[in-house]
Amino acid sequence: MTAVRPSSPVLLGMPALPTSPRGTGHLRGDESFPDAARRSLTDTQLRRNLGKATRTIRGKRAAVVAELPDWEALREAGRQLKVHTMAHLPDYLVQLEEAVTARGGVVHWARDAEEANRIVVDLVRAAGADEVVKVKSMATQEIALNEALEAAGIAAFETDLAELIVQLGHDKPSHILVPAIHRNRAEIREIFLREMADVDPELSDEPAALAAAARRHLRRKFLSAKVAVSGANFAVAETGTLAVVESEGNGRMCLTLPETLITVMGIEKLVPRAQDLEVFLQLLPRSSTGERMNPYTSMWTGVTPGDGPQAFHLVLLDNGRTAVLSDAQGRDALNCIRCSACLNVCPVYERAGGHAYGSVYPGPIGAILSPQLTGIEDNASLPYASSLCGACYDVCPVKIDIPSILVHLRAEHTETYAAEHRVPSAEATAMAAAAWVMRNPTRWTLALRSGRLGRVLGRRRGVIGEVPLPVASQWTATRDLSRPPQQTFRDWWAAEHASAAPEPDGPGADGPGADGSEGAP
Amino acid sequence: MRIALFITCLADALFPDVGRATVTVLERLGHTVEFPRDQTCCGQMHVNTGYQEQALPLVQRFADTFAPYDAVVAPSGSCVGSVRHQHAVVAERFGSPLLQQQVASVAARTHELSELLVDVLGVTDVGAYFPHRVTYHPTCHSLRMLRVGDKPLRLLQAVQAIDLVELPGAEECCGFGGTFALKNVDTSSAMLADKMRHVSSTGAEICTAGDSSCLMHIGGGLSRLRAGAKTVHLAQILAATRERPMVLAPGGQEADVHAGPTAVA
Repeated sequence: MTAVRPSSPVLLGMPALPTSPRGTGHLRGDESFPDAARRSLTDTQLRRNLGKATRTIRGKRAAVVAELPDWEALREAGRQLKVHTMAHLPDYLVQLEEAVTARGGVVHWARDAEEANRIVVDLVRAAGADEVVKVKSMATQEIALNEALEAAGIAAFETDLAELIVQLGHDKPSHILVPAIHRNRAEIREIFLREMADVDPELSDEPAALAAAARRHLRRKFLSAKVAVSGANFAVAETGTLAVVESEGNGRMCLTLPETLITVMGIEKLVPRAQDLEVFLQLLPRSSTGERMNPYTSMWTGVTPGDGPQAFHLVLLDNGRTAVLSDAQGRDALNCIRCSACLNVCPVYERAGGHAYGSVYPGPIGAILSPQLTGIEDNASLPYASSLCGACYDVCPVKIDIPSILVHLRAEHTETYAAEHRVPSAEATAMAAAAWVMRNPTRWTLALRSGRLGRVLGRRRGVIGEVPLPVASQWTATRDLSRPPQQTFRDWWAAEHASAAPEPDGPGADGPGADGSEGAP
Repeated sequence: MRIALFITCLADALFPDVGRATVTVLERLGHTVEFPRDQTCCGQMHVNTGYQEQALPLVQRFADTFAPYDAVVAPSGSCVGSVRHQHAVVAERFGSPLLQQQVASVAARTHELSELLVDVLGVTDVGAYFPHRVTYHPTCHSLRMLRVGDKPLRLLQAVQAIDLVELPGAEECCGFGGTFALKNVDTSSAMLADKMRHVSSTGAEICTAGDSSCLMHIGGGLSRLRAGAKTVHLAQILAATRERPMVLAPGGQEADVHAGPTAVA
């Protein structure tokens, strides 16, 4: 029997690395990708919103990327910096902790979502606050911090406009960068009218009017909140500097106005030196919003007396990341800088929408990251939520080979399943049977000729039902299958080249099945 | 140069005309094509579905079968992509160091049809004649795994009497993706619907590509919709001449092609 993780041999005596525990956070969906996608595919409004938004961002990205003659060199630099950082992650994390501490910050280490949430709740309580403002943070979405704060009687206010829309709509984000991408402005207007107590009832759905309403709504929170919670796009190990990259300035308000700042950051967000930011600050905005430069880049290092928050806490979140790091083939998923270029270019994401992925990390990067963070069997349908078209790999600013990792995770899934079940799946049986036939040219020739291949590939118009794969028969819901030919290529070749090697015994080209009669139910 | 044809399992079983057309084109250019009968399948279906170990004997067979040849040609960007990128993965995980060497050596000599014609044989005009309106879909693996670039288009542009029209959204996946079309049938169908809409918008009679699998998917959709346009493999267009034109069948998803060294009854 094949080992569960043959690509990442675990040494004897070494404990297995923990993945993100079940029951906490937002890394798992309630249903499989195909089931969730089926529902969103029927939502024509969602598909229109998504198609329009992704097409627009795709075009902008392509234009600004084309401006840079050294784009490929930048991508390679980004990739190498990330690969190097991951290879030395423990050292750089310790260096970061020392630098943050030396500048008056406090570093907390959280193994998982529950621990991180507990740390943040305790810090907010210690600050004597019952509300916090938040700047958009994937890490806090991942660990469901808002829900944990609410359970502790602490109100969390999202300040990123899109996050605010999601929060007020009692909705879930469906995109890494544009969490409310599935909403159009008419829907946003309705949400604001319903949820904002102080909104002008004559509010129009003009973007400027919607932004102004959100600004008025948020301003009071900025001025009153004593505690802010942020994520981080980057952390510089050598200086202990944290960086947030954003468009609206709301993040900067959170980072400068409150007395206490708590940053929750995945441990993979490190870069070794401040100089490395020059690479990522070029790669990120062009890949994400299609801008040459994002409007606001905020950086802070520890605390500065009399200026900005006087208490700074950094929560370093693992939540399955070291397990990802232990997989030599899959670990590149940690190199992601959350630009979402892969989402915007993915034909599957564009149709199925972000919610179909179940996790806060949707799209191609989510399809490789979520199953690794949770353990493959908790998100087993995600590595298959791709046609392997490769568009995501082409646009990734740090050159993550997403298609290859998807294929790698599919193997991990089938091998884990086989290790955990005595009876092979119907699919595994079919694949083994196909491989048994295909490994031998005589068997293969006979199978092709006699129509037995029909059991593998399907051969009659309207019928593919003998393939023991789930939903196999649905192929023909939207497509006709071609009629099988009178003669396989190899039989034609043999007839043409009669002096060739003797043919295997068996039914001839005119035998059963050559006319497509065999294999029909 | 000894050129071997790797037919691919799908073309062998369902689209033998594509293999015949490939032989026709190469023979017309003065090359002799050999067909090693020991070949079976590249194993892509197994690898892409998560059964890498089952693909090992297929990888071994491919390396053994094609080792003696200077060049291997396949009328499929997808299968060549598998040979070039996935065989190494399988050999590294489950194979011997010797197999790893064999795989690397054979992969370097394995070419998709347009690559062999343009890069290895140095031809863009293969003497074809095809008086039809055609649009070209660059399949994902040709486009992004193999980087065939504009080679297929250059071959098509050199075809006499062809009316080549650009396909909107050409670089977007048609939604096939092997077992993706089975496991995610709804999403796949939605992708296919957009591809068909784009094909229809060109007014082309024929949508062509370098992969029978994608064409089976697109053609199957067009046939179901009675959309008019049909799918024909690039090799079949390149094989057609004034003397042996391709006959477009009135029905069915794929045109019946009678161009080839021997017309099939």
